[in-house]
Amino acid sequence: MHTGSELLKNNFRMERLPHIWCPGCGHGILMKAVAQAIDNCNLDKKKVCVISGIGCSSRAPGYMDFNTLHTTHGRALAFATGVKLANPELKVIVITGDGDCTAIGGNHLIHSARRNIDITTIVFNNNIYGMTGGQYSPTTPTAEFGTTAPFGNIEKAFDVCKLAAGAGATYVARGTAYHTTQLIKLIESAIENKGFSLVDAISTCPTYYGRKNKKGSAVDMMKYLKDFAVDAKVAEKLPKEKLDGKFLIGEFKKTTEPEYTEEYMKIIEMVRESK
Amino acid sequence: MKSQQEIRLSGSGGQGLILGGIILAEAAIIDGKNAVQSQSYGPEARGGASKAEVIISSDVIDYPKVEKADVLLALTQVAYDKYIKTLKDDGILIIDSIVKHNNTTHKILQIPILSTAAEKVGKSMVANIVAIGSIQQLTNIVTKEALEKAVLNRVPKGTEELNKQALMEGYHLVEEHTSLKVIV
Amino acid sequence: MKNRKVKLMQGNEACVEGALAAGMKFYAGYPITPSTEIAEICAQKLPQIGGKFIQMEDEIAGMAATIGGSLAGLKSMTATSGPGFSLKQENIGYAALAEIPCVIIDVQRAGPSTGLPTAPSQGDIMQAKWGTHGDHPVIALSPTSVRETFDLTIKAFNLAEKYRTPVFLMLDEIVGHMREKIEIPAEDEIEVIDRLKPEVGDTNYMAYRPVEGGLVPPMAAFGEGFSFHVTGLMHDEFGFPTNDAEVSDNLLRRIMKKIDVNVNDIIMYEEEQVEDADLIVLAYGGTARSARSAVKKARELGLKVGLFKALTIWPSPEKRVKELISNTKKILVPELNLGQYVLEVERIVAGQAEVSHLGKVNGEAITPEEILTKIREVL
Repeated sequence: MHTGSELLKNNFRMERLPHIWCPGCGHGILMKAVAQAIDNCNLDKKKVCVISGIGCSSRAPGYMDFNTLHTTHGRALAFATGVKLANPELKVIVITGDGDCTAIGGNHLIHSARRNIDITTIVFNNNIYGMTGGQYSPTTPTAEFGTTAPFGNIEKAFDVCKLAAGAGATYVARGTAYHTTQLIKLIESAIENKGFSLVDAISTCPTYYGRKNKKGSAVDMMKYLKDFAVDAKVAEKLPKEKLDGKFLIGEFKKTTEPEYTEEYMKIIEMVRESK
Repeated sequence: MKSQQEIRLSGSGGQGLILGGIILAEAAIIDGKNAVQSQSYGPEARGGASKAEVIISSDVIDYPKVEKADVLLALTQVAYDKYIKTLKDDGILIIDSIVKHNNTTHKILQIPILSTAAEKVGKSMVANIVAIGSIQQLTNIVTKEALEKAVLNRVPKGTEELNKQALMEGYHLVEEHTSLKVIV
Repeated sequence: MKNRKVKLMQGNEACVEGALAAGMKFYAGYPITPSTEIAEICAQKLPQIGGKFIQMEDEIAGMAATIGGSLAGLKSMTATSGPGFSLKQENIGYAALAEIPCVIIDVQRAGPSTGLPTAPSQGDIMQAKWGTHGDHPVIALSPTSVRETFDLTIKAFNLAEKYRTPVFLMLDEIVGHMREKIEIPAEDEIEVIDRLKPEVGDTNYMAYRPVEGGLVPPMAAFGEGFSFHVTGLMHDEFGFPTNDAEVSDNLLRRIMKKIDVNVNDIIMYEEEQVEDADLIVLAYGGTARSARSAVKKARELGLKVGLFKALTIWPSPEKRVKELISNTKKILVPELNLGQYVLEVERIVAGQAEVSHLGKVNGEAITPEEILTKIREVL
């Protein structure tokens, strides 16, 4: 396990840094958490693939020193499915955003979860389309604002964790850019789960989401994460009214079910034996 | 015999006519000839009007579709009404006994293919095999040896005897219903 | 005596047999008529050789997973028809820019939209050339028989691997669904080309630097120890995104050039009786069979008509067509659309010959008689 500058040297393409994200954006913290979790899991670097779609989040793999693939908008999980099935030895990690993963890529999310294919998905969730300039996304809360919701968003937001769990993911958790120690542990558990895992990692976007919705400075947005996140285990013991306006973090689902590429290998063995 | 023979098998979806066409084409290949088989079909998996086409030739086959058929098999009224106009004036028509017609143009053989399969052989699904047996007996378009081999190559394991019997019944139907052997 | 198998085979089946002979180990797709037999046979056969088949959730995912499979080192293929071909276009452009070898089969059916799902068409010819946005290299092959489907599928893989580019096999419902006699060549008669790979342990490997004096970069697979980046953004020779004007320009011109300078290796065609022809019928795919029959009938009638059968449709056989029109002043292009490839032929001849078109879009094949009638009309 590496920390500090050793972590950077061992997991990042130093010559590619600094990154393109705005000052106050939570994505840098999330990217480091992913790298720390990969490092902590002692994975063979040669076998790690980091795959993304399009958007602010999806620039992360370019900075990370693994097999990296920056695909088309929404399709990271579909490309990742091809990579993983073609070579199941690879440890495939998808970094995606809320729009990438649950709007244009929503179909691939539910079907990857349904197959329980061994892919770890980290959603850098900033509740907005940042790269295109602040349009509302499927995780923008109702009544909040985006450049395409100038009078307030009339749609309901997805709970990404409930969506993934309902579709069949076998490991589902949520963390934040503020609670990094916990987030790293959640990503480690997601990587270690043999099956489809999803971590909804709440980020901060002071440039668009924050400004459009009067959330204050980047520091204020971090403070919101600190004050309004409640651990799922703690929440169980709290009366309902104490959870008003709060959101839950922690592990939501952890089960064991047949994994897609292992099941496919069984098919190969079966047809070869019967030949 | 003409160097190229064009056969159209028609009926309803699910009668196995495409398989019948494939078997005729494979028999022709066993005989050392060229063969092309094609079909047209609608959205239905069962029912509807279905046709399979086979072209058998001792030469290269360019255009793969049957324009005017030398031989037309029609197992249903719908298929007869739809495809009779695509049979050459000197073509041979084989129709099931259930088909009503007042055709005076063509050489016609009307035989109970469907009921022979259902009642005599005991399985309505072998009507296609009965039919290609009858086509062989009437036209000699492929050899009996090749046809039997082709049938046995294609049918599911455990149904070989049943299908052989169906083929024999196909031959017999022609023997019983006509003393003429048409050489096309 | 070579170990050749003779059998009756469907076009779609011959496509899979060709792909397997070329070394295909990965298939991802979505069911669509009239291409489904290709997926079904792949599902049956790939696990038997340790290969992988997956039915994805949609056409877009089918293309994406095919590219993923290729990046993980396997020869990959997908198959579709018109509506699916439309959906796959964005990721096809990705494969072109990121230089990911893969084969896309389009068994063309009558469109636009859902159209006539079970009827033949050649309506996707221009889509193959211009379907995805931006300039990009295109290789598209179009077989006219079951045997050619086998051979050209192998060729499609070879070209994809050699030039690191997606290659289209433009089948049509006529050839895809017909069964005919095919003699399958023995294994040692088949040429198989694999992608060029970097040397193991090459610490200077740059994923997008072509080999010395060439235009195609060697391709490592994920998991082989090369830490490299792949993106659909314009990128430098390392594969990293760039906004640099010169780097972007060089990249796009290089991927175009790798096809342009190799047209002699890519373009395939066949000619019959063109030497003394007053008119040449230029045809491709299932329609070329009708054309051949019509040309024979025309010759029987004493008409000097020849056949040019394009097996490679993109890049187009520009050089050869230009040579032919020095003797032959009339060209007829029959095709199952309202005028697509004829536009390319008109562009090539540039007014130096009279180009006629015979189009049909009612869901039926063009008959030899229809072509013969047109020949007599324009001669």
